[in-house]
Amino acid sequence: MAPDSLEGALALKTEHGDDAKFLAGGQSLIPAMNFRLAQTALLIDVNNLKELDYIRRDANGDLHLGALTRQRRLERDPLVKQYAPLLHEAMPWVAHPQIRNRGTLGGSLAHADPAAELPVIALALGARLRAQTARDERWITVDDFFRGLFTTDLASDEMLVEVVLPPLPPRTGAAFIEFSRRRGDYAMLGLAAIVTLNESGACEKARLVYLNAGDGPVDAKQAADLLKGQKPSAEVFAAAASLAAEQEINPMGSIHASPDYQRHLARVLTGRALKQAFARASQ
Amino acid sequence: MSELHPIKVIINGNTYERQVEARLLLSDFLRHELGLSGTHVGCEHGVCGACTILFDGAAVRSCIMFAVQADGHELATVESLAKNQNELHPLQQAFHEAHGLQCGFCTPGFLMTLVPFLQENPSPTEAEIREAISGNLCRCTGYQHIVDAVKLAAEKMKSTVVSSQ
Repeated sequence: MAPDSLEGALALKTEHGDDAKFLAGGQSLIPAMNFRLAQTALLIDVNNLKELDYIRRDANGDLHLGALTRQRRLERDPLVKQYAPLLHEAMPWVAHPQIRNRGTLGGSLAHADPAAELPVIALALGARLRAQTARDERWITVDDFFRGLFTTDLASDEMLVEVVLPPLPPRTGAAFIEFSRRRGDYAMLGLAAIVTLNESGACEKARLVYLNAGDGPVDAKQAADLLKGQKPSAEVFAAAASLAAEQEINPMGSIHASPDYQRHLARVLTGRALKQAFARASQ
Repeated sequence: MSELHPIKVIINGNTYERQVEARLLLSDFLRHELGLSGTHVGCEHGVCGACTILFDGAAVRSCIMFAVQADGHELATVESLAKNQNELHPLQQAFHEAHGLQCGFCTPGFLMTLVPFLQENPSPTEAEIREAISGNLCRCTGYQHIVDAVKLAAEKMKSTVVSSQ
């Protein structure tokens, strides 16, 4: 089914519930179907819903991103580059250009792959997500959205339709780093770091969110708390990195990277990301 | 569901109208229904890039799209590149001259990835070339000759533009 309107798509989802899946870019769903890992009675192709493909900035400085916005557009959009530099920095790491030409923002978030970049960026930036049903809509804060491996807070009759990124406070710097075996592969580990400084140059608040380090994007709150009130130094970065790597992430390991190696990557990459984020915050 | 859906799609400038099952992959449609077997199928999960085609001008993987999704769209496959049996596209000619292929299985995907890349970026650096082909796997060449071929093609295509002016 390929409805021409959001109303049509939501009516079909209400009617078919869990028997139906939305098909956006299809860059994760169709490979899963090819492997017969996913089998769906009905696909509701939402690619005709052009009204969900947009990037706008409102008077409050919030960036509104339609769920069907292609990843390639996010990568190249001047508003994203200027007002959501962390998202801009992470986009080239999302698979390959051929995938980004089709893959969508909403599709990646709703798929909730722990190794994906966009859930990490959404969580790090404190996104608000708008979900709609045939009858009503609701806002979900990103902290409540990810519910574990490939699982979100979306109900069976809901569709994620919009992502809103709040503006960054002044004196804020962000960095995204991941490490993969080949360009475009799923990363063995990665993170987004955001740091806001006070007027004296010490950390006022921080956020560290990891990919491929648990059953969803992993928010290392203790490590972020450790940074509060601190001025940047190698010792401070190392302490936060060790805390996140040893206590907070829960990497599952794979044939390419053992959990110990992923923890090692977390320590090294956290140090690099914090150095970059602090430097950018003080610019 | 084996219900058939009518689709109308423009491929390499020709219009095709067919009835397809919802589950039919675009790559299989091109190869088996239309006989456009230049589009190769490698991994069938969006990693190897052999099945890359142009979908409304953008490089996409045809093995992770359904044929029904092409309804109303304009596609181009590797068969669209050479003008005729004797005259290759400058990118194909460059692959030939710089030994950018051995077994050739991955080549259609590389070509269809690189056509829009060179349109957007006619003078790429080596790093940009390597990033552009990061989504295409080649098991024979070690990539060096492919990179050489892209550099050669960029020069050829620039000089073609100049000489045709």
